[in-house]
Amino acid sequence: MLQYVIKRLLYTVPVLIGISILLFIMLRALPGDPAQVLAGELASQEDIQNVRVQLGLDKPIYVQYGRFLFRLSHLDLGRSARTQNPVIEEIWARLPNTFLLAVVATVLACLVGIPAGIISAIRPYSWLDNLVTSAALFGISMPVFWLGLMLVVVFSVVLHWLPAGGTGGVQHVILPSVTLAAFVVAFIARMTRSSMLEVLNQDYITTARSKGLKEKVVIIRHALHNALIPIITVIGLQFGMLLGGAVLTETVFAWPGLGRLIVDSILARDYPMIQGVILIFGLLYVLVNLVVDLLYALVDPRIRYD
Amino acid sequence: MTEVPAKAAPAVHRQDGEWKRRWARLRRNKAALFGGSMILLYTLIALLAPLISPADPSAPNLIAALEGPSADRPLGTDELGRSILARIIHGSRISLLIAVGVIAVGLFLGVPAGLISGYYGGRVDFVIQRLTDMMLAFPGFLLALALVSVLGVGLKNTVISIGISMIPLYIRLVRAQSLAVREQVYVEAAKAVGTRDGKILLRHVLPNVMVPIIVQTSLGMGMAILFAAGLGFLGVGVQPPQPEWGAMLGSGRSYIFHAPHVATFPGLAIFFAVLGFNLLGDGLRDALDPRMKA
Repeated sequence: MLQYVIKRLLYTVPVLIGISILLFIMLRALPGDPAQVLAGELASQEDIQNVRVQLGLDKPIYVQYGRFLFRLSHLDLGRSARTQNPVIEEIWARLPNTFLLAVVATVLACLVGIPAGIISAIRPYSWLDNLVTSAALFGISMPVFWLGLMLVVVFSVVLHWLPAGGTGGVQHVILPSVTLAAFVVAFIARMTRSSMLEVLNQDYITTARSKGLKEKVVIIRHALHNALIPIITVIGLQFGMLLGGAVLTETVFAWPGLGRLIVDSILARDYPMIQGVILIFGLLYVLVNLVVDLLYALVDPRIRYD
Repeated sequence: MTEVPAKAAPAVHRQDGEWKRRWARLRRNKAALFGGSMILLYTLIALLAPLISPADPSAPNLIAALEGPSADRPLGTDELGRSILARIIHGSRISLLIAVGVIAVGLFLGVPAGLISGYYGGRVDFVIQRLTDMMLAFPGFLLALALVSVLGVGLKNTVISIGISMIPLYIRLVRAQSLAVREQVYVEAAKAVGTRDGKILLRHVLPNVMVPIIVQTSLGMGMAILFAAGLGFLGVGVQPPQPEWGAMLGSGRSYIFHAPHVATFPGLAIFFAVLGFNLLGDGLRDALDPRMKA
């Protein structure tokens, strides 16, 4: 097991290095001079040159990348071109906020999506099933940022129940995480439904029923347990979508997370910061899917990684 | 050798019959028909925009700024007093254009790469698949956002960025199918009679991957509209004053407390367009290939 984890972690290294190379080349090969942007509109040629030397932008591109990789191995992602703070520190400061949103949203989505999918699968093509499947389709088709704004209109502007944005107490977390969850819940409900439908047709379910087991036991212990693998897979894959959704949700609710950070950095052409956040996003996604792989073994004892 | 064309003829007929059956199944699918009609309506609106638009979408009228919906201005006005209805109508041109452009980029680069990767295998396959892995490490929207951060804002770069982010989906889809087709006897037969690889790919492999490509194209167009609106909303997509739905929502956000209608209606326009493509895509999947699952 431990060996598998190490192997998987090592496998992510080439992927991350590949991403960093592509990103590094693209960021520098394209129009727009970051030194010019940083130095400002009125800067003289000399000022721009100073900034360029300061950032090491005057060196050949492979030297720049070599330096970047060397520093990366020391967990140094450079300094933000905008705030001059170390990139890793800014990411570190924002990471818990995004993590909180993502975790609360995922838990909410599971609490709603899995039962909804089960109900759908138990009575396929009933009005309840139709309701769940239509709601899921609506959820997939709805722009998250629009849903967020509409929730603000209802709960902040009209009802005055919840704050429209910012951070603080629990009440600040509710709207952003519900917004983010609404997006994921649709996928989880859909997957739970189709996965349960397939399992409910199996012979061992008929056997369990004919043994006289209570329907509840059949559904939860026998069916759901076996349907969990594809559901967990979807939750893992959705985590990437969740990070993308977080970028939009954090913007709607002025939530100081990584999503907001990358948007601000893009608008300011803060290359070291963009690079850092994208790398962290890639790393997070790879790690979450590793955890998902390990969860398989927990859910299904037939799966072993030795 | 002379028998080959004679044998090929019934195969073509069978193909026709199969598509006829698929079309019949599609026509029975109410959700798909509804989705298809919605898309048709949007297309008509986009084509006829200058004729049916009630006002100039970019003519400011500051006296009438942020007015709520009324008989005169059905969906109200935005912060510059422009008709929101007119802007949504003209915005449909931008969103549909983006959807078509994105799919074109995805198809033209993704399908050949997937065909080659699956058909030839070996080293080519390995390289293409590792590149795909890297792109998939940034699912969908994040990849488009990362690309736009590099390419810069605007309509063209929005299409390119989202289009590139669709490529890995097509590669995976097409590769899986062509791997299976490669092993079929008729491909072996074609090779045996000396047919060139390019011709085999076009004549035998491509028709067999058409169904998943069609389904993915409908769902992908919905996704493209959603992504483009997201980029526009963040201010890194199509730029104002162009009436892009996401950008309209983005600027409407500032007035959410006093004039929530400014953000509401463009959102509805996005929602129904994406819903239409999703309904059609799901219906197509059920009708064209009942074995495929959600």
